[in-house]
Amino acid sequence: MIVADRKPMEEILAMLAPYKRVLVLACGGCVTVCVSGGEKQADLLASQLKLAAAAAGRADVQFDVDCITRQCDREFAAMLKKPLDQYDAVLSIACGVGVGFMSELAPQATVLPGLNTTSYDASTAKGVWQEYCGGCGDCLLAETGGICPIVRCSKGLTNGTCGGTKTGKCEVSKDMDCGWYLIFKKLQAAGKLELYTKVRPAKKWSKDRNGKGARRLTHKELMETEEFSK
Amino acid sequence: MTTTALNENTPVNPNEPVSRLQREFQAGHFVVSGEIGPPKGTSIEKCLHEAEEYLKHTVVAVNVTDIQTAVMRTGSMAISHMLVDRGIEPIFQMVTRDRNRLALQSDLLSAWCLGIRNVLALTGDHVAMGDHADAKPVFDLDSVGLLRAMTTLENGSDMGLDAKGNANVLEGSPKFFKGCCVTPCADEVEPQILKLQMKVAAGAQYVQTQAVYEPAAFEKFMTEIRKRGINVPVLVGIVQLKTAGMGKYMNTSVPGVKVPDWILKKLTDASKEDRQKISIDICGQLVREMKDMCQGAHLMTLGWDHCVPDIIKAAGL
Repeated sequence: MIVADRKPMEEILAMLAPYKRVLVLACGGCVTVCVSGGEKQADLLASQLKLAAAAAGRADVQFDVDCITRQCDREFAAMLKKPLDQYDAVLSIACGVGVGFMSELAPQATVLPGLNTTSYDASTAKGVWQEYCGGCGDCLLAETGGICPIVRCSKGLTNGTCGGTKTGKCEVSKDMDCGWYLIFKKLQAAGKLELYTKVRPAKKWSKDRNGKGARRLTHKELMETEEFSK
Repeated sequence: MTTTALNENTPVNPNEPVSRLQREFQAGHFVVSGEIGPPKGTSIEKCLHEAEEYLKHTVVAVNVTDIQTAVMRTGSMAISHMLVDRGIEPIFQMVTRDRNRLALQSDLLSAWCLGIRNVLALTGDHVAMGDHADAKPVFDLDSVGLLRAMTTLENGSDMGLDAKGNANVLEGSPKFFKGCCVTPCADEVEPQILKLQMKVAAGAQYVQTQAVYEPAAFEKFMTEIRKRGINVPVLVGIVQLKTAGMGKYMNTSVPGVKVPDWILKKLTDASKEDRQKISIDICGQLVREMKDMCQGAHLMTLGWDHCVPDIIKAAGL
């Protein structure tokens, strides 16, 4: 799932300062699961914003709340209670995909991000989300015991641990596992250490988002003409 | 001198040494290398002076660090070239943190054109460890990838492809003496040994180690790598401890380094006036105890370059 975290309140207040009619738009997808951008968080955020606006002498600012199943899918846009361009600003608390797509669907609307989108995570314990995939477009997991070196190693190295590993932790933080130590232990336990010492060719970063710009997936058998994002 | 003229000097025999460092190893001599760190700023006179005064006539080659600990400073290539001009052989340290494969390969060609022959391939500390924590870390290649890149350049091509999908052909190719690093006293040494195997497979011809203070652990490490057929020369890393506090800091903060109590006690017991001498003696003793296990020592005196001649004397070299 995509994980996102709410922006600091000061940053949100500064973004919304010029506007009088604001919609806080929640998403029922990943950000509901990671308890950052669901309907409950939208209600709470709208209340906090109302109080903050009133404290700043702007009690006349109107904050509405809406939520659709997924902000990243055109078919759910029909769920919106009101068109987005009827507001001075829409504070989307979806991931960046939702913010971008809502903005594209409503060309006249000002859609602002309420969250910082961070990563593709697994929920590893109650209240804990851990990054597991870097979305690099050239998956190496078959050779690394299912542990992604691109995100679990702070340097994204593809050929084993660096010298910055200490008692299984990374030099960047003693609270962060060394990704290549995890890979070593996993391959050792599986009796596949020959995969650890395989010298890999330089990674094809052309498949990554920085390689050739925005990536796009198409299934020809399902394709119809897009109304947006041509 | 033109590039063509330089290329005419490229040795044809693959075993022909390209540097004094390589020649010394081939001759079977115990090799001592030193290290300087370029300053943060343009006042490079002090580091060049120290290299000329204390290292030129005492060590075989001098490492020039590359934006060490991710703290921005003058570059390794410029200072390495200035050492060449002064008759001092540099070991050009190169980290993969700050440049992608285009820039790394280009800088390797540039370094060769500037007379630099020894390169030490390193991954580099993460930017989070330095003074530009918001910089974008690159790590397009890692140390293994950089060694492969060097080998590729030496073979006359680069990592790219031409429009037809064939390897690009270089107009003149370099020939380096390619080094790498290892941490022999890591708490879990097996991944370090496996990585060293990969580095050697990728072209590494010598090794400079992280700081070692435990001769017994180092001996075990050397026995193990030789048993596995890793036969490249190894220079044991000696970081000069200036105070007991520095040793304690290394124990808590530097991965793969364990400063034993006897060293900490010696430094703690020393009076302020005697501390430098004790520090030199400790380095000398460590080199004496480990010199029969390896092919050289890499002295990292961290600004106390004036101690290098005395350390060599204390080591009985």
